[in-house]
Amino acid sequence: MDVLLDNLDLYGPGFLSTIWLFLISAAASLVLGVVLAMLRVAPVPVMRSIGSSYVTLLRNTPLTLVFFFFAFAFPLLEIVTPATFGSASGYYFFAALCALILYTSAFVCEVVRSGINTVPVGQAEASRALGLTFGQMLASVVLPQATRAVVPPMMSTMIALLKNSTIAAGFSVFQAGSISLYLSERGENQMIGLLWVALFFILLVIPMSLLQRSLEKRWSIAR
Amino acid sequence: MSSVLFDVPGPRARLRHRLYALLTIVVLVGAIGFVVYRFTVTGQFEPVKWSWLEYKQIQLSMVDALLNTLKAFAAGAVLAMAFGAIFAAGQLSDHKIIRVPSMVVVELFRAVPLVVMIFFFHYGVSPGPPFYSVVLGLTLYNGSVLAEVFRAGVRSLPRGQSEAAYAVGMRKTQVMSNVLLPQAVRAMLPAIISQLVVLLKDSALGFLITYDELLEFARDIGSSFQFDRPLVPVTIVVGAMYIAMCLLLTWLATYLEKRSRRNKKVLKLEKKPAEDVVAAAV
Repeated sequence: MDVLLDNLDLYGPGFLSTIWLFLISAAASLVLGVVLAMLRVAPVPVMRSIGSSYVTLLRNTPLTLVFFFFAFAFPLLEIVTPATFGSASGYYFFAALCALILYTSAFVCEVVRSGINTVPVGQAEASRALGLTFGQMLASVVLPQATRAVVPPMMSTMIALLKNSTIAAGFSVFQAGSISLYLSERGENQMIGLLWVALFFILLVIPMSLLQRSLEKRWSIAR
Repeated sequence: MSSVLFDVPGPRARLRHRLYALLTIVVLVGAIGFVVYRFTVTGQFEPVKWSWLEYKQIQLSMVDALLNTLKAFAAGAVLAMAFGAIFAAGQLSDHKIIRVPSMVVVELFRAVPLVVMIFFFHYGVSPGPPFYSVVLGLTLYNGSVLAEVFRAGVRSLPRGQSEAAYAVGMRKTQVMSNVLLPQAVRAMLPAIISQLVVLLKDSALGFLITYDELLEFARDIGSSFQFDRPLVPVTIVVGAMYIAMCLLLTWLATYLEKRSRRNKKVLKLEKKPAEDVVAAAV
């Protein structure tokens, strides 16, 4: 308990920074992921192959490598450099965001695409036969049904994103994962310090996964 | 072919699609052109940045790094499977005293980020070289996910399987180990292998605690001034190696899935519940 209370000045900002990382990258990767999913189901073959190559590349690369690229190699290309942000820590936060967004959006894309694919073709054909426009068909036939298949796995993806954001600890972003590294500088017991970090994640993740499971159970009967 | 969202295109739609395709190609070429431009301007194509690939010593250390990655993967995979099987059996146990603790363990290890776990073992417990911390972390995390996969697999089997096994007089342990688990593993093979892909990717986390694997090698070579800091080339090479390894594993999964579809001994299950567990394996 002492380790937590004596170092609240580390734990507070650390977890706050984790939550910011999570919220920003969750929102951005949802948008990018949906755009990619649109590309993957588009009627134009070039768009489909762009979407699927992106997903194949990013899904098979370790997130640590993506972080590595944005933290160390990307500044060398001089598109966005630490100088743009004025401070190294600002750049590293940006690098962490880029890595998390690009990596997670590939998974979001797959979840959305497989969700859309669970809707039987007949549903869309029937709505076309009724004369619904594309927008009406999406809004009142396809998406409500796809949501059931999308939300539970999407929640797992977001839980994974929350956990993955700790990788930024290895790349000079101060957040929950790096608290222990600072604790050791203060001569505190790292083991207990890390147990507190773990407890925090357990408290965040378990309610989310319980909710996910109950949604899954409630919605799985529908079809 | 009609898909869910789009009808079979008519002549006008086909024309429009061709226009979209053209626009996409223009944007794509523009993006690639921009990347190539940045690469040339910052000298990423200069021979000195790629010359490290020609040194025998460096090639050997790259192979060493690759072997270290594979070593962590192999040890982690075997142990995680064992851990998963044991805890899946525990979760399915009839005794509350076994079932509840195994559920708690699986939930806990699934909820804690792997980085925090690896840091905990490396800096907190410090069982020796970083290799052990990496393997321990990989085992506990992926083992817990695999336990869920196995459990879902056993659950998806028809009740008749265990009833028949009990009817021939098998004991509970025999039913689980001789009848249910083997079938569950077969039904869940694709899910298990995609979790192994995750494990392979996660082994790169060893980099954070200075385990000598591919990324550590990338940083070593990438920061050497002798080759003018070839961080970009080295990231590309190492990334290609990871992608190749993961794709090989994925192809293995599809091959096995195809083979099991032909095999009459594998039960055809209507729906694979584990797909949801692993669909979001990140």
